[in-house]
Amino acid sequence: MIQLQDVRKDYGDEVSIGPVDLAIPRGGITALVGPNGAGKSTLLTMVGRLLGLDGGTISIGGHDVARTPSKALAKVVSVLRQENHFVTRLTVRQLVGFGRFPHSKGRLTVDDEARISEAIDFLDLGALEGRYLDELSGGQRQRAYVAMVLAQETDYVLLDEPLNNLDMRHSVQMMQHLRRAAEELDRTIVVVLHDINFAGRYADRICAVKDGRVVEFGTPAEILRDDVLSAVFETPVRVIEGPDGPLAVYY
Amino acid sequence: MTTTAPTARPPRGRLLDPRLAIGVAIVLALLAASLMTGVYDVVGAADGAEMFAITRIPRTVALVLAGAAMAMSGLVMQLLTQNRFVEPTTTGTTEWAGLGLMLVMIAVPTAGILPRMLGAIVAAFVGTMLFFLLLRRISLRSSLVVPIVGIMLGAVVSAVTTFIALQTDMLQSLGVWFAGSFTSVLRGQYEPLWIVAVVAVAIFLVADRFTIAGLGEEVATNVGLDHRKVVLLGAGLVAVATGVVTVVVGNLPFLGLVVPNVVSMLRGDDLRSNLPWVCLVGIGVVTACDLLGRTIIAPFEVPVSLILGVLGAIGFVLLILRQRRRG
Repeated sequence: MIQLQDVRKDYGDEVSIGPVDLAIPRGGITALVGPNGAGKSTLLTMVGRLLGLDGGTISIGGHDVARTPSKALAKVVSVLRQENHFVTRLTVRQLVGFGRFPHSKGRLTVDDEARISEAIDFLDLGALEGRYLDELSGGQRQRAYVAMVLAQETDYVLLDEPLNNLDMRHSVQMMQHLRRAAEELDRTIVVVLHDINFAGRYADRICAVKDGRVVEFGTPAEILRDDVLSAVFETPVRVIEGPDGPLAVYY
Repeated sequence: MTTTAPTARPPRGRLLDPRLAIGVAIVLALLAASLMTGVYDVVGAADGAEMFAITRIPRTVALVLAGAAMAMSGLVMQLLTQNRFVEPTTTGTTEWAGLGLMLVMIAVPTAGILPRMLGAIVAAFVGTMLFFLLLRRISLRSSLVVPIVGIMLGAVVSAVTTFIALQTDMLQSLGVWFAGSFTSVLRGQYEPLWIVAVVAVAIFLVADRFTIAGLGEEVATNVGLDHRKVVLLGAGLVAVATGVVTVVVGNLPFLGLVVPNVVSMLRGDDLRSNLPWVCLVGIGVVTACDLLGRTIIAPFEVPVSLILGVLGAIGFVLLILRQRRRG
C-alpha cells in the first residue's frame, strides 16, 4: 500500500501541493488524472522520492520514503519520469540491465541476465535488444524505459505519463503491457494519464487531482460521471456508455 | 511471464573482443616506434642501454599513462555532465590545475613535485566542482553552450594565472607548462604519473555508476544511487588524473574529447566494456601525435600539445558538424 499523510509541497505563496491524504491499495493500476498543473506529476515524483516533501509522510509498502535508504527503496519502488532524453548511447539490453543495479550493483549474474531477458520479452523488445536507443522510434524507446523499471522487480512501479508522445496503437499496446504487468507479475502500478478514457478502460482506480489536492478517488465507474469529470476538468464532460464501458466525451 | 526467453543470449558489451587484440597490436607497434625514435643512437652507442632506460622508457610509459588518463577523464566528465563536448580542457579543469600548480610554486618555490601535484589536484577539483555547480544552474545539458561556458571559465582562470605569473616573473615557467610535452620526461621525474594508473583502475571499478549517472539524476535515484556522491567521486578522480598529468606532462588538449566520442560512435556507451577501448585509443592517439612531433622537425621537437591542438580542433569541428546533421 502507498500511504500519503498530510503531504505538502510549497512553491511560493500562490502554488502549493496538498495537504494530500491518500491510500493506494496494493495491486492493480491506479491512474492519476487531472488538469494541467494540478500536481499529478509532482505527487508521483514525491512518492518516488525524486522530490523532497515540505511536510507530511509517504510510505510505500510500510517503508517511510523519507527515512528508508535510497538503496533499499530501489528494491521496493521504481519510478520513471516523463522526459528521458539520454545523451548516452546504450543498447536496449544495456539500458534494461541497469534496472538490475539495485540487486546486482552492476555485476550482472546469470540470474540477472535471465530477468533482463524476461523484461525485454515482456515488452516485445526481443528483436530490438541489440539496437541503440537513438535508433528506435518513440514508442519503442518508451517500451525500453518501461522494461528497465520492470526489470528492477519492485512491487510498486510509478510511471509519469508513459503515453506521452505515443500514437493510438502504441498507447493501447503500452496500457495492455502495463495491465499484464499488474496482473501476471503482481505489480502495483501508479500511472499519470492525460486521457481519462485510457484511465477508465485500463485502471482499477482513478485518483483525480486538482489544484494540488486529491478531489476524487474511486473506481472508474465512480469517477466517470458527468458531474465528477466536469468539476475536475472544469469543462463540460458527458459520459456515454461505450462498447467496453463508460466513455467521456468532451470534444 | 513468457518463459520462451532463451537465457543464454550474449551478455551486454563484451569486455574481450578479437578486435581489441588488433587494437592492442597497433598500439604496441606505435609504442615500439616511440621507444626507437630519437636523436641518440640507443643501439650503437656504448651507453645506449642506459640512455634508453633514462629517456625512452620513461617517455613511452608516460605516453601510455597520460594518454589513457586524459581520455578516461574526458569520458567520465561527458557522462557526468550528459554532454558530449566536455573534457578537462573544455571545462577549465586543466586551467585550474595550472593555477594551483602556479600558486604552489609561488608560495613554496622549493616545493618538490608532490606538493605541486597536490596543489594542481586541489585546484582542479575545486574548478571541476565549480563547473558542475554552474551547469546545475544553467541546466543546458545537451547544448553547445556547456563547452562554451567551460572554455570561457578556463580562459578567465588562465588569464588570472597569467597575470599572477607576470607579477611574479613566472611567465616563462608557465609557457613551458602550457606547452604539454613529453620532451622533459626522464627517469626520476615521471614516476608520480603512476598515480593515474590507480585512477584508471578506480574508474573501471565504478564504471557502472558513472554510466547510470549519465542517464540523469532521476534515473540514478530510481536505482538507489546517490547522484551527488557519484559526481563528487567522478570530479575527484578527474581532478587527480588532470592534476598529475598537468604537472608531469602539461596540457593535452582535446584528447579527452575526441577519443571517447570516436569510441562511442563505434561502440555505444556502455562504460565498462568501452573503457579498454578508450584507454587504448587515447594511448594510440597521444603516442602517434608525440611521434609526429618528434619527427617532423627532427632533431628538434614540436610539443605534443600543439599537434593535439590542431588535430583535436579539427576533430571537435567534425563532431559538431556530425551532431548537427543528426539533429
